[in-house]
Amino acid sequence: MKTIFERTPTLKDCPTHYCPGCGHGIAHRLIAETIDELGIRGRTIGIAPVGCAVLAYNYLDVDMVEVAHGRAPAVATGMKRANPDKIIFSYQGDGDLAAIGTGEIIHAAHRGEQITVIFINNAVFGMTGGQMAPTTVLGQVTATTQQGREAANEGYPLQVSELLELLPGAIYVERCALSGPAQIRKAKKAVKHAFQLQLDAAQGLSLVELLSPCPTYWRMTPVKAMEWIEKEMTKAFPLGRLKG
Amino acid sequence: MTTNGFYEEIIIAGFGGQGILLTGRLLAQTAMKQGLEVTYMPSYGAEVRGGTANCMVIIADEPIASPLVDRPDSLIVMNKASLNKFAPRLKNGGLLIMNSSLIDTKPKLDDSIEIIAVPVDEIAVELGEKRAANMVAIGAYLQKRGSLSPDAAAACLAETIAKRHHKTLPVNTEALHRGAEFTKDNE
Amino acid sequence: MCGNEALAEAAIIAGCDAYFGYPITPQNEITAYMSKRMPEEDRVFVQSESELAAINMVFGASATGKRTMTTSSSPGISLMQEGISYLAGAELPAVIVNVMRGGPGLGNIAPSQGDYFQATRGGGHGDYRTIVLGPSTVQELVDCMPLAFDLADQYQIPVVVLADGILGQMMEPIVLDKKPRRELPPKDWALTGAKDREQNIVRSLWLPEGALEEHNYKLQAKYEQIQKDEVLCEQYALDDAEIVVVAYGVAARIVRSAVNQARKEGIKAGWIRPITLWPFPTEQIAKAADELSIFLVVEMSMGQMVEDVKLAVAGKTPVLFYGRPGGGVPTVSQVLERIKQLTIPPKKQ
Repeated sequence: MKTIFERTPTLKDCPTHYCPGCGHGIAHRLIAETIDELGIRGRTIGIAPVGCAVLAYNYLDVDMVEVAHGRAPAVATGMKRANPDKIIFSYQGDGDLAAIGTGEIIHAAHRGEQITVIFINNAVFGMTGGQMAPTTVLGQVTATTQQGREAANEGYPLQVSELLELLPGAIYVERCALSGPAQIRKAKKAVKHAFQLQLDAAQGLSLVELLSPCPTYWRMTPVKAMEWIEKEMTKAFPLGRLKG
Repeated sequence: MTTNGFYEEIIIAGFGGQGILLTGRLLAQTAMKQGLEVTYMPSYGAEVRGGTANCMVIIADEPIASPLVDRPDSLIVMNKASLNKFAPRLKNGGLLIMNSSLIDTKPKLDDSIEIIAVPVDEIAVELGEKRAANMVAIGAYLQKRGSLSPDAAAACLAETIAKRHHKTLPVNTEALHRGAEFTKDNE
Repeated sequence: MCGNEALAEAAIIAGCDAYFGYPITPQNEITAYMSKRMPEEDRVFVQSESELAAINMVFGASATGKRTMTTSSSPGISLMQEGISYLAGAELPAVIVNVMRGGPGLGNIAPSQGDYFQATRGGGHGDYRTIVLGPSTVQELVDCMPLAFDLADQYQIPVVVLADGILGQMMEPIVLDKKPRRELPPKDWALTGAKDREQNIVRSLWLPEGALEEHNYKLQAKYEQIQKDEVLCEQYALDDAEIVVVAYGVAARIVRSAVNQARKEGIKAGWIRPITLWPFPTEQIAKAADELSIFLVVEMSMGQMVEDVKLAVAGKTPVLFYGRPGGGVPTVSQVLERIKQLTIPPKKQ
């Protein structure tokens, strides 16, 4: 029998704690494949966020640290500055990066830290029970916007990638979606490019935002969630390479 | 704090910009070079920007406990506000060096306190460098106290003053000596 | 060189690989000095966007096995507490210098000892301790730095150096010396890239039932070891003392002057100066309390360390307190006056 598809070695062979239809597993795989394809497992250090992906080190077989909520870009700064030869990536959700850690990501980009940031945007706080995130879209029902998010009360969805695009220290910013095979292939290219830039010692921060399904707190089937990304989420968060 | 040994507590005070902290550092550096124990404590932060500056220097031949000077043996004041603030704290039998260019009144202090009024600004202007007034004052003090010589202080100027100001070394040295001479002439 | 600059140079000599800091008075000389000296030594200096970021940069550098430190003053140290708790939980070494100023709130920039509770009780959330050193001279501050780095590495623990505005700003002659180092365990836990080995994970999350309890017992065993082995304190004239004055840091210098003066006036006074504030010299104080001397605790606060002294004395003899908060510094004469009030007429048995 011929093997036509297999687990990439840096993705561990273990059961996942993620919900059915969750995008984290896909994102993990893209990172693991990238690390294996670039052959950088022995020099890569990953940073897990606070959020559903806090246990990312259970799935990604690289050196990893778990840090305080939102502080990953500061931790990454300390790591990279002290170890310029290592490949440092942070993996952060929208609560982590776009709410409590806004200051850290803006300033890491502002300083042009040579790190790679994988930003998972699923428009909701997952781990704490589906509350509104800064990236929750207008009208979206969450545990803390039970009538749907209203601009007048909760503001508009925060477009972090568009914010970072303005900073000279951010050299590559791309938004992709984990909403189907074609989009996922694009996302893989983006993730790999973001790592490659760091490998090439490019002078600045690279960030890939991944629109990612959360069927549990969107209260949809996994298939509907994929559709919702393309139909609704991309209106607030247009896909494409914003910079670099 | 044994009284057998040498233990001199000094406060230097004036406006920010009169070189108060530099004067204190010069005194500390000179004492250290003579193998004495010394502490130097500047006022810092908002107080400096508020327009007044002071520092506390303790010189002793034994380890110094508290670096804070509550009641100084010697007080060098470069303006009136500093005189008013610190003169009441002088120890009986202490020494007051005051800038008579800016202080026109003689303070009422205990008779045991010796007062030397030095027109430091005028002397510095004569030397062509108004900013050397602090050195005139410290020269007058060193001459009077006698524990450290003006020459020893002059030898420490180069390591106390920032390199970019080293062209002022000759005039500062001169100012130190003029201060010392003033004390000699008025004794 | 002021105390701030001296401690910075001492940290460099002690092998600090990376420094991260944010400006705050009265410790700005450290940040400025490091910005110049660290690049000269081909080491890392970053001015962070906040104290929160600074302590997390420390967390990052430490996780990779580097010697790293940050410095700040009271309000900034409050912001760092989150990171210090994570460092303690993840068992990462780090050195944190607090050049204390008056509080609460923005307070002022005058010297203070108001952060004793914060430093010695952990400060952040959770069941943890940090080692706390309380130097009282610039020389001791300088000597503290290699010790702090060594203790941090040996026990994988954050070490706080508790100084204050006076120590940071004052100058006195010092000797910068490369002291012999402790033998330290290898940092085989560090994140260096999983090259030809299994992955290393640095974490403070322990979700499975009982896992965190187990982790806390492990931390506790370490803390007990530190309490057993690492207490430092200085004592003077306790043999015949009728009054024992306890103080640390700059307050202890004032106490030393006052006690010397009291001795000259025939008062049987002695002092105890804790150098490690945690672990606290509980045994030494308890022993002195057996002699039934009166205790006077002097602090630049309204009374924080006095609680530890009371715990050590355990009711055997009176513990009195004199302190000034908010940047007020007790003077030698004020302390002397308190000593006299408590000893004249002589204590009757």
